[in-house]
Amino acid sequence: MITVEQRAEFRKHFRYNVGRRLVLDKVVKCIVFLCVVVAVVPLVAILVNVFSNGAAALSWNFLTEIPGAVGSNDLGGIGPAIQGTLVLIGLSSLIGVPVGVMGGIFLSEYGNNRYGKTVRFFNDVLAEFPTIVIGVFTFILIVLTVGDFSVWAGSFALSIVMLPIVMRTTEESLKLVPVTYREAGYALGIRRWRVVFTIVLSGAKSGLVTGILLSVARIAGETAPLVFTILGSSQFIQGLDGPIDALPLRIWRLSSLPYDSSVTQGWGAAFVLIILVLSINIGVRYLFLRRKGQTLLKFKRLGSMS
Amino acid sequence: MKKGSSITDKIFKYVAIGAATYVLVIIVLIVINLTTGSAQVWQKEGISFLTGSDWNSVDGRESYGAAPYIMGTLVNAGIAMAIAIPLSFGIAMFLSELAPKLLRTPLAMVIELLAAIPSVVYGLWGLLVFRTYIQNWIEIPLHNLFGDQSIIFAGTPFGLDILTASIVLAIMIIPTIASISKEIMLAVPNSQREAAYMLGATKWEVFRIAVLPYSKSGLIGAIILGLGRAVGETMAVTMLIGNATGAAAFPSSLFGPGQTLSSIMANEFAEASQGGLHLAALIGIGLILFLLAFAINVIAHLLVAKVIKSHEGAVLA
Repeated sequence: MITVEQRAEFRKHFRYNVGRRLVLDKVVKCIVFLCVVVAVVPLVAILVNVFSNGAAALSWNFLTEIPGAVGSNDLGGIGPAIQGTLVLIGLSSLIGVPVGVMGGIFLSEYGNNRYGKTVRFFNDVLAEFPTIVIGVFTFILIVLTVGDFSVWAGSFALSIVMLPIVMRTTEESLKLVPVTYREAGYALGIRRWRVVFTIVLSGAKSGLVTGILLSVARIAGETAPLVFTILGSSQFIQGLDGPIDALPLRIWRLSSLPYDSSVTQGWGAAFVLIILVLSINIGVRYLFLRRKGQTLLKFKRLGSMS
Repeated sequence: MKKGSSITDKIFKYVAIGAATYVLVIIVLIVINLTTGSAQVWQKEGISFLTGSDWNSVDGRESYGAAPYIMGTLVNAGIAMAIAIPLSFGIAMFLSELAPKLLRTPLAMVIELLAAIPSVVYGLWGLLVFRTYIQNWIEIPLHNLFGDQSIIFAGTPFGLDILTASIVLAIMIIPTIASISKEIMLAVPNSQREAAYMLGATKWEVFRIAVLPYSKSGLIGAIILGLGRAVGETMAVTMLIGNATGAAAFPSSLFGPGQTLSSIMANEFAEASQGGLHLAALIGIGLILFLLAFAINVIAHLLVAKVIKSHEGAVLA
């Protein structure tokens, strides 16, 4: 028999135990919430600072003119940098997208073996590589061989940065297209490459575009590989075998100058760059990822029907 | 299918294989090029390129040692990780366990967007805004409190130093670690949580006894991926670390200028003449960074792949 005193003691122990656990739970919740606040504050501060300081520098001349002489009253603008970034994005997509998409096709259609696993693994490793190493590599491979900094070298370096991202997202989105689609194509006697190009790729279109745009956003902000490959310039593009300017590179140069005006211009250039990068990211998320969710559901339903 | 496969199909297959092989070729070429490009400095310095601390590019007195920069990279990344890991895990736990549905998606999206901000913008912000706060609110009070007697707070609080660089680096890698950890925690099956709830566990206990053990190796992978980013990060660190060279770059005080493997490459590259020993030394530094980052990433991917694979198996089956 349990006496009344014993029961009271049990209750006391129980209350003490549960009370402590509940307090600990509350404490941890508070700490976690604090973590979120502490981490989000500087991140939001960056955005606020760039937007408020950068908007002040914006004007039509700032966006289109060449930079003025350093320290002079003629401030000029960042026209060549914007042009250079766009040219670099275009040229590196020219190399990175076809190779990346074909590689992704290999991984999803033929990659179910040892070689596919190896490629997938090293592709993932390459995606996380320090981009400055890629810059040095391109410098040795192209700049030292040709003897000059060039747009081509920069595009090649950036294409290596974008390649693994395109490859991985292509593979993932091709895998979402159900096997039944492919089988329907084979049943009609269509050749495998046409099945892949007409049926599978069009089914995975939104995923493909998402991957390509995200990789473009990534390379738009890359600085380190460009330091070693395009050198920077204050003129509009002269030719593909000469140096040009790019936005991230211009921001870096401006930030190291000791003038107030160059600081303002640096904020302005950062503003343009962030708008470019974030609009691609947000646009992709709204346009494609949402729809991808729907098509994914549709695919799943179709898959379960078969 | 096999019999009827035509020449076009074969071409298609080989083109695809070629594109995939391109990745491997690039990695092999990186190794070869960095090795040959830096051969000169390895020949001259030998092992003392790794252990020495001299850094002199004056003609005739050239001497290169990368030890301070290796140390600088490790210390810088280490401090950044020490700040970033608890905060990222806090965010990941909040997003996967605690956050109300309404807050979850927008917050996760903001975190992911922040991972997309270019590093040069973080650097600019650190240089023009954050530096003054660090200098006035943290460094000067700490310096006044402890003075030059304490080693880690010695030196003039200038704002461009190891402390500022590592805090900004931490801010930069938090989104990466947090979003990967969130994915990994969400991959824990709900039955695990329900079993813990059934035993009367509180939210924290559920996290500790059900979520954490289940996702341990994935979380370690996330940490190492973050470490890989931190080690290779260039622009923001270059703009903030103060850029000391030679023996002065050995990290001793938080308030002293330092130098990392990537920042010395970005800084001195423009001064190095083609074909010279200085350039070979910088390429040699690139090789060290490559090997470091390669090792870190291989370990990370082996750990993360294991978890994500089981996750995918559970979801897509």
